[in-house]
Amino acid sequence: MKYAYYPGCSLESTGIEYNISAKLVAKHLGVEMVEIDDWNCCGASAAHLTNHMLALALPARNLAIAEQQGLDVAVPCAACFNRMKHTETAVRESSATRADVCHVIEMDYRATNTTYNLLDVLVNKVGSEVIAAKVVKPLTGLKVACYYGCLLVRPPKVTQFDDPENPMTMDRLVKALGGTPVQWAYKVECCGAGHSTTKPSVAFPMLQAIYQNAQAAGADCLATACPLCFLNLDMRQAEVKSGQGGSYNLPVFYFTQLMGISMGYAPKELGMAKHFVNPMALLDAKDVLRHPTTRREEA
Amino acid sequence: MDYLDLSAALAGAERFLHHVEQESGVHVSECYQCGKCSAGCPVAFAMDYTPRQVIRLLQLGMREEVLNCRTIWLCASCQTCYTRCPRAVDLPRLMEAVRIEAKRAGIVPEKHINLFNDLFLKSVAKNGRVHEMGLILQYNLLSMQPLKDAFKAPKLFLDGKISPIPHKIKNQAAVQRIFERSMAHGGESR
Ligand code: SF4
Ligand code: SF4
Repeated sequence: MKYAYYPGCSLESTGIEYNISAKLVAKHLGVEMVEIDDWNCCGASAAHLTNHMLALALPARNLAIAEQQGLDVAVPCAACFNRMKHTETAVRESSATRADVCHVIEMDYRATNTTYNLLDVLVNKVGSEVIAAKVVKPLTGLKVACYYGCLLVRPPKVTQFDDPENPMTMDRLVKALGGTPVQWAYKVECCGAGHSTTKPSVAFPMLQAIYQNAQAAGADCLATACPLCFLNLDMRQAEVKSGQGGSYNLPVFYFTQLMGISMGYAPKELGMAKHFVNPMALLDAKDVLRHPTTRREEA
Repeated sequence: MDYLDLSAALAGAERFLHHVEQESGVHVSECYQCGKCSAGCPVAFAMDYTPRQVIRLLQLGMREEVLNCRTIWLCASCQTCYTRCPRAVDLPRLMEAVRIEAKRAGIVPEKHINLFNDLFLKSVAKNGRVHEMGLILQYNLLSMQPLKDAFKAPKLFLDGKISPIPHKIKNQAAVQRIFERSMAHGGESR
């Protein structure tokens, strides 16, 4: 199995642990990821809020490079994934748009290749049975609120992935890793995206609702597939107070980090020392970092 | 009693509406005002007009009200409304189109949000990729909050998450040309 890999800008900076853990587990599962040569930024929401053609063309250059190599594209960042899918769909639907896009990027692009998000590749293409067979340190007793956010599943016409209201791919993954996905209502609610920087008064209540709901559902932690969601959920947790004036303590993981742990990698190798909410106490309390045979016995 | 001459407003706003519909590919007449968009919108609590009201204003041709509303800036493009709308009205796309018009008309009530987007794109145009540290520093300086999130910077820096040096791609010229050609194209969908 071989994919063109598009890490995106965040995975080279604030989302670096996603990049590290994604590469590690993909390799462990025998999936070859060839980084797109000289890739550029997808434009994120800044582009589509400014100029529609720019929003189509920036991803198109990357997709065209992958197409030349005859490869489908695997994208870890939910936001980049969404922009790539928008371009792919628009180019497939209209030959006029295709002509415009090719003119702007000065390359041929026919959208003969397909973009998948990394969660889709690892869980659906590789398969949860294959993953389960690689688990040496099951996440026994770890209650995970799987957080999908907006751009992985919406709009469904474009993302073509899972259910837009109640996606289950990550939940199935957590189960395959031996953990317990909790049922909760906020798995696709928006985290506030860029508003946490530019408009905290709007973003913080949105984040609070997510923490609140995850905690009420009995979750010990959150899992995400998006570097922006991760940054918001992890970095802002100390600032977002709970209703009673206390603060939350919900470690946040990339799903690839949870995979890495269960496959026997050390937290440090998976970039977990870089989190704002330190996950070590939780992993220790659940005793998931040791082999099942040597784990503490439950009283 | 105050009243509004709707037919006059509509006539004056016709060109504006036509332009917005063309840019967004949305026909505002398709909305039947059920309100499902507003019910599920996670940002509605902070908006001056709910998403449904924004469409209503457009249907009534109330150009000034729409161009001046904060909602078009606060929409997080989360796609919830579009996903749920029984008429498949692409509201986030419509908000975008109105916002681009508002910006053209010099109406920018949410200065920080606008500044952040502009700086983001500048960074991409210059380097081919966005340079997160440069972006945040510039944003903090230009939005006059130089110490915003300052206590987080040392950790991000030591963890290797932010770097003082931008990542430049080799073929930066190609990206520069994508910017130039896109702007020349105008951005309308077809
Ligand atoms: S959900 Fe759709 S049809 Fe209903 S009010 Fe909103 S835009 Fe109009
Ligand atoms: S896309 Fe915008 S208007 Fe629609 S639900 Fe999300 S924030 Fe609200």
